[in-house]
Amino acid sequence: MSNFPFLSVLTVAPLVGALVVALLPRRRPELAKQVAFVWSLLVLVLSVLMWIAFKIDGDRFQFRESYPWIPNWGVHFTFAADGIALVMLMLIAVLVPLVILASWHDADSSRRSVPAYFALLLVLECTMIGVFAAADVFLFYVFFEVMLVPMYFLIGSYGGHQRQYAAVKFFLYSLVGGLFMLAAVIGLWVVGGKTFDWQALSQVDISTGTERWLFLGFFLAFAIKAPFFPFHTWLPDAGGAAPAGAAALLVGVLDKVGTFGILRYCLPLFPDAAKWFAPWALALALIGIIYAALLAVGQNDLKRLVSYTSIAHFGFIGVGIFAFTTQAGTGAVLYMVNHGLATGLLFLVVGMLIARRGSALISDFGGAGKLVPVLAGVLFFAGLASLALPGTAPFVSEFLVLIGSFTVNKPVAVIATLGIILAAAYVLWMVQRTTQGTLNPALTEIDGMRRDLNLREKVVIAPLVALIVLLGFYPKPVTDVINPAVQATMNDIGKTDPAPAPGTSVQEASR
Amino acid sequence: MSELKLPSIDYAALAPILIMLGAALVGVLVEAFVPRHRRHLVQLSVSLLAVLAALTMVVLNADDRLITAGSAIAVDGPTLFLQGAILVLAAMALLLTGERAVERGGAFVAHAAITAESAEDRRQAESAGGTTEVYPLATFAIGGMLIFVAANDLLTMFIALEVFSLPLYLLCALARRRRLLSQEAALKYFMLGAYASAFFLFGVALIYGFTSGIPGRSAGVDFATINAAVNESPASRVLLFAGMALLAIGLLFKAAAAPFHVWTPDVYQGAPTPVTAFMAACTKVAAFGALLRVFHVAFASASWDFTPVLGVVAVLTMLVGAVLAVTQTDIKRLLAYSSIANAGYLLVGVLAPSKDGLSGTMFYLVAYGFSVLAAFAVVTLVRDGDGEATHLSRWAGLGRRSPFFASVFTFILLAFAGIPLTSGFTSKFAVFGPALAEGRAWLVVAGVLTSMVLAFPYLRVVVMMWLSEPGESTPTVAVPGGLTSAALMIGVVATLVLGVAPAPLLDLATGAAEFVR
Repeated sequence: MSNFPFLSVLTVAPLVGALVVALLPRRRPELAKQVAFVWSLLVLVLSVLMWIAFKIDGDRFQFRESYPWIPNWGVHFTFAADGIALVMLMLIAVLVPLVILASWHDADSSRRSVPAYFALLLVLECTMIGVFAAADVFLFYVFFEVMLVPMYFLIGSYGGHQRQYAAVKFFLYSLVGGLFMLAAVIGLWVVGGKTFDWQALSQVDISTGTERWLFLGFFLAFAIKAPFFPFHTWLPDAGGAAPAGAAALLVGVLDKVGTFGILRYCLPLFPDAAKWFAPWALALALIGIIYAALLAVGQNDLKRLVSYTSIAHFGFIGVGIFAFTTQAGTGAVLYMVNHGLATGLLFLVVGMLIARRGSALISDFGGAGKLVPVLAGVLFFAGLASLALPGTAPFVSEFLVLIGSFTVNKPVAVIATLGIILAAAYVLWMVQRTTQGTLNPALTEIDGMRRDLNLREKVVIAPLVALIVLLGFYPKPVTDVINPAVQATMNDIGKTDPAPAPGTSVQEASR
Repeated sequence: MSELKLPSIDYAALAPILIMLGAALVGVLVEAFVPRHRRHLVQLSVSLLAVLAALTMVVLNADDRLITAGSAIAVDGPTLFLQGAILVLAAMALLLTGERAVERGGAFVAHAAITAESAEDRRQAESAGGTTEVYPLATFAIGGMLIFVAANDLLTMFIALEVFSLPLYLLCALARRRRLLSQEAALKYFMLGAYASAFFLFGVALIYGFTSGIPGRSAGVDFATINAAVNESPASRVLLFAGMALLAIGLLFKAAAAPFHVWTPDVYQGAPTPVTAFMAACTKVAAFGALLRVFHVAFASASWDFTPVLGVVAVLTMLVGAVLAVTQTDIKRLLAYSSIANAGYLLVGVLAPSKDGLSGTMFYLVAYGFSVLAAFAVVTLVRDGDGEATHLSRWAGLGRRSPFFASVFTFILLAFAGIPLTSGFTSKFAVFGPALAEGRAWLVVAGVLTSMVLAFPYLRVVVMMWLSEPGESTPTVAVPGGLTSAALMIGVVATLVLGVAPAPLLDLATGAAEFVR
């Protein structure tokens, strides 16, 4: 089974599905939705099989496949997954069917074609899988850039208020980052002896000056993508304007490409530069945690608020990455997964609220819990997960990041901890203003607000809630996969952990 | 008295050129002897057949590496590759030229001599006829371009320059509608082109002076002599530098590089769109073919002297093209500025003096030619009762009215913006990679930065087409006839294929990337 070309099939399958869905007649939107949903479930099944076939104590990179593409430049279709990529692929495979289900009626009110919406979601899934599965820098870049196109049309064609502005801003920001990366990719290709193979490139010795420039090229692209302060301004606009399902994917997965890229490319390929720039990156991450949290407190738009909380969370991930300990690194990767689940859930729930109310403004709600108690309860749960309450999955990762960085850099850990307090502020205040307190009389006049969760929505929410609780109490299946890959990354940059043997400490912490 | 020796001439190697020029003469005879109502079909067939025959000869000659006709013509890898490129792109442009289903009588004026904007002019705009002289003119131009990329001395190059320029000036003036704009474009192009030719000729004279006095060699303007002179001429280097600069002005003018680009937007806007497409694709190939040969063969040893200057020109070109493209409101002017910026990227490739740089530049020329032809093919289709609707505001909501053509145009714009899986990305890589390998990091950085700026105007058009609501004045997209459809499809498919699987063409370009000296 381990010889099955999992990664290439996983990448291509959603694309085929997208073609099928796009070719379905416009007049039969329900059929398109069903086909897209079933297709994404098939992808999920395939990913689960891959997860089972992955050997935890095996090679760092597994399922490696390589086919020549442009021999003149040494470009190959090389796919390979380490533990970090594996958990991200799994996250995508879980989120996409749920997002499709959650977006069942999102495109109905739009004047655009409904099949096109679901085809775009599947194209997006293809590019997202590709970007995490690629082990060829050129191939990675191709997916990194092409990913923009479906997202651009999802935001621009199906989004809400100010969607044009948001879509263009999203595209330009990402493209600018991508072009900096292109220059660095070409530079890497030249110094690396005209190969794009990740494993070959990680062996190349680069002079200090060049290494720093190349690091900057990659880092800038990833910092915009993630986004880190001060490159974050596109996210609230894009997240605020995108339809809720697309926003969940945008923040839940797409932005992880940035942090994943730093772990996979910036650290192992340019270890010395990474160490040299680490203080700056940590500073950006810390500013992001505090600044974005403060902005989140002041938001009146639910989707923008969630977007700002994400920027704060990406700050935590950044701290975890640049602390250079296995604990913090494992915490960061785990955070990427948990944040995808928690923020994905939060976005979807918020989307359900907005769809009922017809407005995203917090001030338009108030006491909604009296009308839709279950939905309000789920919102509360998603909020608690987002502020990393013990017992929910994000707590484990946040805790790992903090203790992992505390051992090497106490001030950073202390400042980052302040972010937890602010997180409580923005989440609880948001929940209070929307679902608690006296009932806003305007709400009772809206039909939608009298409908609590229907079966479809419950099916969307249940797996996410279950996963968040499960990983909150028992993260071992995920940490076991992540840990060797993070350790290998730390070896690449020549950092060893200061305190006791890392393997045991991580497991103790995660219990 | 010494006997006059005739140079040996390899007619097979010259066959593509001879076929095109011969076909042009046949075209002139057709004008004289074939009845008016049949001319269009006959002319189109003659020119297309000639292009196909010439292309066949290029393919048959593929292994030639020789210098013939004295030392006037070099038939080598780059010559054959670029000749092939010119012929393929010209065939597509001829298809656009021959289209008559989109507009009654085609894109060309029925009677060029009628006073513009008069009542008679309005009548001719509605009439069924169109000048068929455009075919022999275009064929002459193609023949000139074939010589231009093969020329192995400066005088041949100058003559080729005139042979392909003069028909282009005329072609620019032959638009069916907006006659004043068209005539203005032709006059501007002619005046500035004449200056550029004069600069070029003056440069030739100075270089000739520079080559005199080398022991054991007589003075001359063939590239081998110039190359020898650069290394060992006793004459003042000032002659060399001034001559090189003047030659470069003449060539950069044709290539539409800043600061010699000012004609481009006006001419691109005023000329009939098929002619614009022809210029954007084929003239670019010819001009850069000549630039490559002059700077890689004749002045190769002076690369330390010209690289900084040409580098500045390249940066300026990219910058001017990208920044001014942002402010454009007319699609043809937008594409003109984009073509200027692309000239800058091509110059980056020219300044990478390696085999990879040469093959990358040639790859870029072909890839860009296909995309730009497809882009202008779409422009010919978006029209209202008054001809093409080129103002950008008129394109709002086009995606709703005709999703197919809007998708096609979006794809081409994404290619121009350099998104992967399009030829725009692979071709940028093909020139930036070798440039960086040759240590021209500053050029690559400039190229990347201007690409960011340039992405904005392209994206604005995409937004216009897809994310804006169609207005009252959104024009319809005409149903293209077979010829335009063919050209459009070839261009789009090539843009996709060269983006997804560029290896075959890259192999071809790499195999061809060696000049005979």
